[in-house]
Amino acid sequence: MLVGEVKSLKEIYGSDLIAPGHRACAGCGALVAVRQILMASRRPLIVVSATSCLEVTSTPYPQTMWKVPWVHLLFENAATAASGIEAALKVLSKKYGRQEHYIIAFGGDGGTFDIGIQALSGALERGHRFLYVCYDNEAYMNTGIQRSGATPLGAATTTSPVGAKIVGKTQQKKDLMEIVVAHRVPYAATASPSHWKDLMNKVRKAQSYDGPTFIHVIAPCTRGWYFDPSDTIKMARLAVETRYWPLYEVENGRYRITHPVPNPKPLEEFLKVQKRLNHLLLPENAEILERLKAYVNKRWERLERLSACFA
Amino acid sequence: MALLQPKTLKPMSTSEAIAYAVKQANVDVIAAYPITPQTIIVERLSEYVNNGELDAEYVAVESEHSAMSACVAASLTGARVFTSTASQGLALMHEVLYLASGLRCPIVMAIANRALSAPINIHCDHSDVMGSRDAGWIHIFAENGQQAYDRIFQAFRLAEDEDILLPVGVNIDGFFLSHAVEGIATMSDSEAAMFLPPRKAKYYLDSSMPMTFGAFALPDWYFEIKHQVAEVMERVPKKLAEVEELYYKMTGRIYGHVGAYRTEDAEVCLICAGSAAITAKSAVANLRSKGIKAGLLSIRLFRPFPVDSIIPHVKDAKALIVMDRAMSPGAPSAPIAQDMKAALYDSGLNIPVANFVYGLGGRDISVVDFENIVMKVMEDLKAGRPIGRGVRYWGLRK
Ligand SMILES: Cc1ncc(C[n+]2csc(CCOP(=O)(O)OP(=O)(O)O)c2C)c(N)n1
Ligand code: SF4
Repeated sequence: MLVGEVKSLKEIYGSDLIAPGHRACAGCGALVAVRQILMASRRPLIVVSATSCLEVTSTPYPQTMWKVPWVHLLFENAATAASGIEAALKVLSKKYGRQEHYIIAFGGDGGTFDIGIQALSGALERGHRFLYVCYDNEAYMNTGIQRSGATPLGAATTTSPVGAKIVGKTQQKKDLMEIVVAHRVPYAATASPSHWKDLMNKVRKAQSYDGPTFIHVIAPCTRGWYFDPSDTIKMARLAVETRYWPLYEVENGRYRITHPVPNPKPLEEFLKVQKRLNHLLLPENAEILERLKAYVNKRWERLERLSACFA
Repeated sequence: MALLQPKTLKPMSTSEAIAYAVKQANVDVIAAYPITPQTIIVERLSEYVNNGELDAEYVAVESEHSAMSACVAASLTGARVFTSTASQGLALMHEVLYLASGLRCPIVMAIANRALSAPINIHCDHSDVMGSRDAGWIHIFAENGQQAYDRIFQAFRLAEDEDILLPVGVNIDGFFLSHAVEGIATMSDSEAAMFLPPRKAKYYLDSSMPMTFGAFALPDWYFEIKHQVAEVMERVPKKLAEVEELYYKMTGRIYGHVGAYRTEDAEVCLICAGSAAITAKSAVANLRSKGIKAGLLSIRLFRPFPVDSIIPHVKDAKALIVMDRAMSPGAPSAPIAQDMKAALYDSGLNIPVANFVYGLGGRDISVVDFENIVMKVMEDLKAGRPIGRGVRYWGLRK
């Protein structure tokens, strides 16, 4: 069950593992991505979450949205919690015949790029069998939209505001995928809820490996990015179509772009619809825009070259 | 049940004795990170796992924060879990310690008590555990290797009891105990298994009964959930006594919440925790031979603070001397004295308490030191000088 490729919506219909009535904002990209990932996941499943919007909106005691066994410990230790569960079930199944489970750990960008990167690195290095998903809304949303290591250059957040002297975040986004890939994990991929089939099949592929795997999924945030809640998927799609969010996978070191974008839309299309970034279109910020574009283009070119190497 | 007498004493350091007990406790998961003076415990456990003598997963994590995180998560699957740390390691775990108690994980942790930076120092004091004393853990102090070995079994049995489900710290003085070798009476593996059958968890992570652990609670529930930990603490002394009774039937060894030596008619009673109790005991014996009515009360169960077990031993003393191996800068007393004074006040006893901080960073305290401390307090008493204000520092260079 739930092992082959997902080809149609019909196959996953009825496999929802989250109950309706969670407390995330209308149009929260994270919740859409999480729902898709769980629908695609193999079973039986245990889910771990880091402290984040996902955690606080899904489990206001005594309620829970999770229909699966679920655990949250802290902000920075989702990867370690997954390690502990995996290690325990391994030995319990050997000693007492307990059932093994698939494990998915969810962390936001803050809990993954920043405070949790040590724990993630340790877990990847040790080789526990679990899927780590970083849902990336490019800021600390749960604490009120502060900049994180995932926030793009120039973006306005509450700790990188657009000021008269300094315009938004002054650093480029950290390339988390490359950090993960450097751990030589068997499978790492990027994904977007706008390309749900691609995302679901990446989940299935990741879970076919006996080791740590990683998916980096874009999660547009209506509050932090400032857009209409009905536009979440449009935002995610624009990110892909402008090459801002390349969809690719690294399977045993082999790079492959899973959704080529031969005729990308201008990056401006993605920026202009979000208040956190649309100031970059002002003439006085042209230089920042150029640097952001250069970052996006360089990364895409590099991915193309790497994919060509393995073609 | 017949009393099982140890056939032989095995020479072991306290660290080795603890590792041996953990092996016999048939733990499922160990997650740990090295720090002196705890390291030998996890080294031995790694050997046991790698030699196939212990069927457990040893997770060599990348920090103590992760060690405790992995332990909590593993414990939530229903596994029997052990870890060990000291000093900076315990400090780094601090955030996670509250999860172990709040999520009711019966983890057992050996703490080889060590001073905290700065300045960096690898030797014994109790600053590490005192910094974590409000995290909802049960804490036991061992005075020697034998107690440490025995307490590991009792700790698991207590922690995993359905009425308790709290983590337990077994504290041993760094180097003074961790590295000291003595003859240890051990149980056979089958005796150990009889005392400590595999853990039977009622609530755990499993898809057959999906449950949510670690939900967030707003003001409408947080208070009640936290209060449960305090409520359980009230049940601990009785439960530990039951566990000790069972253990006594198998081994003939029993320790109690406190260790009392010649307290019945003592005018001045020393109170301390850890290996210093053994030294203080000799001092009391010497003082008694000189006709001085000294006594000793060793705090063996530190959290919950066993007020009911303490008071009968001290209620008739003229003065108490509380020896603290940790500081609480700016506080009116060091940690154990704070607890003692509160216990006396609650019991309606107005006994003066002299509070000495001693032995920080591994500074030695001798039998003669303890004799001198008692003599000094007795002199003060006789001369009508107050003994009970503030903290004094014993053995501090001027
Ligand atoms: C040690 C620690 N520091 C800070 C916090 C406060 N905190 C909770 S969630 C959060 C931000 C989470 O951001 P992210 O991981 O990006 O997820 P998001 O909320 O954006 O979904 C922060 C800073 C915390 N819980 N723990
Ligand atoms: S603030 Fe953003 S990430 Fe958080 S729940 Fe709302 S939309 Fe989702």
